[in-house]
Amino acid sequence: MTVPPSHPTSSQLEERIGAAVAEGRSALIAYLPVGYPDVPTSIEAMVAAVEGGADVVEIGVPYSDPGMDGPTIQEAVDVAVRAGVGMADVLSAVSAVAAAGAVPVVMSYWNPIERYGVDRFAADLAAAGGAGAITPDLVPDEAGPWIAASDAAGLDRVFLVAPSSTDARLAMTLAACRGFVYAASTMGVTGTRATVGGTAQTLVARTREADPDLAVCVGLGVSDGDQAAEVAGFADGVIVGSAYVRQLLDGHGPAGVRALSEDLAAGVRRR
Amino acid sequence: MTTTAPVPPPDASLTRPRPEWPDATGHFGPYGGRFVPEALIAALDELSEAYEAMRVDPVFLVEFERLHRDYTGRPSPITEVPRFAEHCGGARVLLKREDLNHTGSHKINNVLGQALLTKRIGKQRVIAETGAGQHGVATATAAALMGLDCTIYMGEEDTRRQALNVARMRLLGAEVIPVTTGSRTLKDAINEAFRDWVTNVGTTNYVFGTVAGPHPFPAMVRDFQRVIGDEARAQVLEREGRLPDAVLACVGGGSNAIGIFTAFVPDEGVRLVGLEAGGDGVETGRHASSITGGDPGVLHGARSYLLQDANGQTIESHSISAGLDYPGVGPEHSYLHDIGRAEYRPVTDSQAMEAFALLCRTEGIIPAIESAHALAGAIALGRELGPDSLLLVNLSGRGDKDVETASAWFGMAEHTAPTDDDERAVEAGRGAEPGPPLGDADDTTVQDGDAL
Ligand SMILES: Cc1ncc(COP(=O)(O)O)c(C=O)c1O
Repeated sequence: MTVPPSHPTSSQLEERIGAAVAEGRSALIAYLPVGYPDVPTSIEAMVAAVEGGADVVEIGVPYSDPGMDGPTIQEAVDVAVRAGVGMADVLSAVSAVAAAGAVPVVMSYWNPIERYGVDRFAADLAAAGGAGAITPDLVPDEAGPWIAASDAAGLDRVFLVAPSSTDARLAMTLAACRGFVYAASTMGVTGTRATVGGTAQTLVARTREADPDLAVCVGLGVSDGDQAAEVAGFADGVIVGSAYVRQLLDGHGPAGVRALSEDLAAGVRRR
Repeated sequence: MTTTAPVPPPDASLTRPRPEWPDATGHFGPYGGRFVPEALIAALDELSEAYEAMRVDPVFLVEFERLHRDYTGRPSPITEVPRFAEHCGGARVLLKREDLNHTGSHKINNVLGQALLTKRIGKQRVIAETGAGQHGVATATAAALMGLDCTIYMGEEDTRRQALNVARMRLLGAEVIPVTTGSRTLKDAINEAFRDWVTNVGTTNYVFGTVAGPHPFPAMVRDFQRVIGDEARAQVLEREGRLPDAVLACVGGGSNAIGIFTAFVPDEGVRLVGLEAGGDGVETGRHASSITGGDPGVLHGARSYLLQDANGQTIESHSISAGLDYPGVGPEHSYLHDIGRAEYRPVTDSQAMEAFALLCRTEGIIPAIESAHALAGAIALGRELGPDSLLLVNLSGRGDKDVETASAWFGMAEHTAPTDDDERAVEAGRGAEPGPPLGDADDTTVQDGDAL
C-alpha cells in the first residue's frame, strides 16, 4: 500500500510514545551524537541505549557551532566535527537504530540540513527508516521549506517550546509540530542539573492546555533514574542527552550507555 | 505651544528614512531572519519592540546625540590624503575619520545605542563577544559610563594575541572570559555569549558587535552606525559640491561598511565597495572572504554568506586582522551583493599591510589593520577609475592596537622579546608575499591589485 505523500497517515513518534503512555509510563528518549568517539562506536552506543530500554533515539548531527549545547555535548561533538562526520554517517545510524527496534529521530542544527538539501534530507531520512527531525535552532517562523519537505516525505517534525514562550507562540509552535513537542525544561543549555525544577512542570501544563493531543517530552537536565521518575510524573517522554554522552566521555563505552538506559528505563516506569 | 520634552535635533540619523529592507521579521531578501532556539525569541521580541519605541523617542534621541558629540567626539572629520592618493592612479581620496572617535573605532557608535537600550529595558548586566577586542573595549566603556555590569567573551586565542585590549577591558571594570571551545576565536566567543544570554536572559542584555546575528541586531546596529554615512555624505557634498564616485569600507561582520553605505544606497551613481579579508589569498583557502569565497547558509542566528564545508560545518577563517577574522558576514551585505547594489572584493594580508605602511609614511596616520584593507581597495579602485575620480574611504579605526603585529610584519621587532602577536603576524604572512621594508614604504610600488 502506498501512502499519499502529502497526507501522512501515521507518525512513528506519536505511536511509540502513545504506546508507552498506554502502558502507564513515559517514553525514554536517548540522545547520542554520531561520531563520538568514532562512527562505529557511536552507533554501537545507540544500539546499547535501545537494548537498555530507550524507546526513541535522538541521533545527533555533529555541528561546529552548537549554540544550545553545554560543555559535555560540545566536547563530544567537536571530535566528530573534526573527524568529518557527515549526513551519510547519520543515515547509517538511523538505519541501525531502526533495526534495533527503537524509533530513530534526527536532531540537527539547521545548517547541516540546509547544506545537504532540505528535500534530499527528507527523502533520504524517510528511506533510511527515520521518523523525522528535531531542529533546535529552527523556529516554525523560518521553517517553510522544512514543513513542506517533511509533509511530502511523511516525516515528523519536532520544534521546541521554552518557559519564555508566550501563549501565542506556544499555540503556533504546537500547530507546526508532529510526533511530539520538545519542552526545554529550563532557560539554558544542555547539561545535567541537580534539579529539573518546577518550570518544566508549568511549561508542560501550559502545553497540554494549548493542545491536549500532542505528546510533550521534557529535556535539559535529567541525569539518572530518580530524576527520570520525577519528570515521568508529568511528561509523556523523558529526554536524556548529556548523561549518556558523559558515559562515553568517561570511557564507559556502550556498556555504560546500556547501564544508564536500564536505570532510566526503570525510572520512567516508577512515576 | 510649549512642550517639556526636548526637541530632537532635526538631523537625527535614527529618524531618517531607512532602506526598504529588512521586512518586519528581519529578512533582507532571502537573508537574515532568526535561526535561534525558541528560548531566545522572547528576548529578541522584547529588544525589537523596545528598540522601535526608543528610536522615535525624543528624549533618547537627544541623549544619543549628546553622547555622540560630548563623549565620542562626533562628527568625525573628513581628511583628504593627497600624498597617499599619489599611489591611487590619480584619484582623490577622502578619509572618514572614525579612528578619531573615543576608544579608537566606529564600534562606540553602536554600543552607546545598545547600552541606552539596555537601561531602557531595565537590565543591569551586558555581555558581548569580541575578536580584536575593539567591540569589547567599546562595550566595557559604555558599561562603565552607564553603571552596568559587563562580561566580555573572547576566544582564548584572541586574548593572547590582543593582550593590550584585554587589559583595557579589565581596567574599565569588565570581566573578560577566555573561550576555550571550538576554534577559540570570535565565532566561538559568539556561541558562548549566546549560551550566557539564554541562561541569564532575565537580567542580561546581549550587546552584539556587528550587523550580523538574529533580527533585530542587523537592522538595529545598522541604524546606530549609519551616522557615519549620514555625516560623510553631507560633509562631502559641502566641501566638494558633489557625491563621491565610490565609497569603500572593510567588511568583517560589516558594521562600519553598512554604517557608511546606508546614506548612499539611494545614490545610484555611487559605487559601494566592501573589502573582505583575503588572508593568504582566496584561492589558498586561508582567508575570511565570506561573500567572495563562501556560500549562503545559516550561522549565528541568520542566513547569510559564510565559509562552510560540504557538511555545513563552519570553516575557520584566516586574516592578519583579528577584527576581520570571522567566517560570516551580515545579511544585508549578502543582499546588497545579490541585488548588485554593492560589490565585494578580497584584499590579501600583504596588500593590506602595504596600504597600512603607505598611510603611515605619507600622511602620518596609523590605521587599524582592518581599515588598511579599505585603503588597499582604494589603491586598486583609484587605478581603475583614473584621474579626477573621488573616493571616500571609511577609516574605521586607529592602529594603536596593531603596533606589535605591524612591527613583526615589517621586521622591526628585534628590540623586543617575541610575542604572540609576532608569531601571529609571521603565521599570517606565511605563504604570502613578504611585507615591504618599512623604509621603502613611501615609494612602494603597490601591486597592481589584480586580485581585487
Ligand atoms: C577598526 C575596526 N574596523 C572594522 C572592524 C570589523 O567589524 P565590522 O565589519 O563590523 O565593521 C573591526 C572589528 O573589530 C575594527 O576594530
